[in-house]
Amino acid sequence: MSVQGWTFLIVAASFTLYIGIAIWARAGSTKDFYVASGGVPPLANGMATAADWMSAASFIGMAGLISFLGYDGSVYLMGWTGGYVLLALLLAPYLRKFGKFTVPDFIGDRYYSSAARLVAVLCAIFVSFTYVAGQMRGVGVVFARFLEVPVNTGVIIGMVLVFFYATLGGMKGITYTQVAQYCVLIFAFTVPAVFISILLTGNPIPQLGFGGSLGGDVGTAISGGQQVYLLDKLNQLHSDLGFAPYTDGSKPMVDVFFITMALMVGTAGLPHVIIRFYTVPKVRDARISAGWALMFIGILYTTAPAVAAFARTNLIETVNESTYAGGGEKDTPQWFKTWEATSLIAWVDKNEDGKIQYRKGAAFAGKPNYTADVGAYGQRLVENELTDNENELYIDRDIMVLANPEIAQLPAWVIALVAAGGLAAALSTAAGLLLVVSTSVSHDLLKRTMMPDISEKQELLYARLAAAGAVFIAGFFGIYPPGFVAQVVAFAFGLAASSFFPAIILGIFYKRMNREGALAGMVTGISFTAIYIIYFKFLGGTSDQWLFGISPEGIGTLGMIINFIVALVVSNMTPPPPDEVQQIVEDIRVPKGAGAASAH
Amino acid sequence: MSDKSPQAYWKRNLTYLVVLLSIWFIVSYGCGILFVNQLNAITIPGTGFKLGFWFAQQGAIYVFILLIFAYVYLMNSLDKEFGVGED
Repeated sequence: MSVQGWTFLIVAASFTLYIGIAIWARAGSTKDFYVASGGVPPLANGMATAADWMSAASFIGMAGLISFLGYDGSVYLMGWTGGYVLLALLLAPYLRKFGKFTVPDFIGDRYYSSAARLVAVLCAIFVSFTYVAGQMRGVGVVFARFLEVPVNTGVIIGMVLVFFYATLGGMKGITYTQVAQYCVLIFAFTVPAVFISILLTGNPIPQLGFGGSLGGDVGTAISGGQQVYLLDKLNQLHSDLGFAPYTDGSKPMVDVFFITMALMVGTAGLPHVIIRFYTVPKVRDARISAGWALMFIGILYTTAPAVAAFARTNLIETVNESTYAGGGEKDTPQWFKTWEATSLIAWVDKNEDGKIQYRKGAAFAGKPNYTADVGAYGQRLVENELTDNENELYIDRDIMVLANPEIAQLPAWVIALVAAGGLAAALSTAAGLLLVVSTSVSHDLLKRTMMPDISEKQELLYARLAAAGAVFIAGFFGIYPPGFVAQVVAFAFGLAASSFFPAIILGIFYKRMNREGALAGMVTGISFTAIYIIYFKFLGGTSDQWLFGISPEGIGTLGMIINFIVALVVSNMTPPPPDEVQQIVEDIRVPKGAGAASAH
Repeated sequence: MSDKSPQAYWKRNLTYLVVLLSIWFIVSYGCGILFVNQLNAITIPGTGFKLGFWFAQQGAIYVFILLIFAYVYLMNSLDKEFGVGED
């Protein structure tokens, strides 16, 4: 069977599974819809959290990103996992004990203020939409690449599917679909990784092969039969071609520190992650499900850097100095041309020797803009303005994961599996985010703020309508992606880090924290972070103006510190919170008597 | 008879947090970032991993997972000791 036949079969089978689960797990009450009635077993919640958290960017993009960044890519590895330690130790058990449904619920009740609730709702909606736009686009791109339909058709298929199980099943439907999606995506990620590890190092475990010697069919050819460690070889290749060593960084240390911290704290403050810990029966389950979640996430996050190093070594070895037209000492591999056809690779023969030279720097300005013509060797030509360095190769980072099965010459069904995995990653994250948006609108905005008198049934209807509306808006952003999506992702983490995180932490660990302090802290934290990011991302600020050398990606950390300081100072100058609020704080610190998550 | 008050429970909880979060900070920000260059002078025997690089891309994540399970174990015992568990 052809690759496309396999892809249709596996993708269709996985979609049928998701829809079947959605019908089985449809929601009957608002409690089902918002938090799956607090009845999800911790192990299942861990898997669902992992699928919720790992987006198309984690599945497709991250290994590629690390591959090109080397050590500097560690900020994503540590940043996107370390936050779960904070969640498990500082947030999840207490928020679960508090009950209720959402983060704005906690902020609103703990700080006895509808203004604080409203600020939290708006942040939650903004953060979630920022994220979801990228996910729907990801669905479209995966469809387009593997099933050869237009990107927009892919977005619409994804919308229909998410619409179906998010509006029907709510959190319950989404949770059990995410469990299935986790299994699909982790299988799809690890199978090619294992094969590539065997090919390059002879070791079937990528995490060990990463530190091992070159071996296996491809690895032996690269090392020429000598005993040499993969990472040493990679560093040597890098220095031969003028790149910085793979295992050393080129970002300033202070920036690495601040970005890692912003990502960790931002992760712990993201509403779609926090809400998952309301779905388990007990405080004890909230603790352990964070552990399971990180374990399931860790499988992908420790495999990705190994894949990154394998792919990087293989890319440089097979492509650099290869003869494009064939018939040379080393010929350009076939996969290179397959992906060139999909516009993810471009080669400009600057020195006209018919061989590909891969060096430091961009081969030309921007993304490739292909002409209809082909060059002397059959390569696609681009009309971009060439740079004056020696590099002749443009390569899209996403290719590292997508092309891996072909590079390793794996069977057609593995390639199909990667497509299904990419879709599972994008859909599960999109669904989780859309649920946060719908809950924010129907519960926090309507029920708790604007129309407190609506009945349970009406609230459920509004929740479904809000989910449907959110799907359409997300789909719209997927079809007409705003050019600034990449820039605003920094916003999502910075915002979560500088607003929610300090407010929740102080709300639990500092009984004296009051409304005035929390509000002042959130407002200064967000404003500082937002102004910094807007100035450097949109108003043309340059990197030599960075405060203490901190990039906009890392500024959320400073925003968080400012939030903490302002909140503490202001709260100590204003009256303490009322007794009943102090009682809430006493109460959430002890697990006993958690009960089910409830609205009142 | 030791102190079984909620205050004593909370104090023990905070002690655990300080210890576990210190380890969290040391493996990620310490070994993976601040002292990465010093640690990179060491190679893990039998592998091609420079120690600092390994912490940043592998080790820190393994330790994170262990930390959460350690916390779960400690807190479950603490809940039992103070009789504040949920069943």
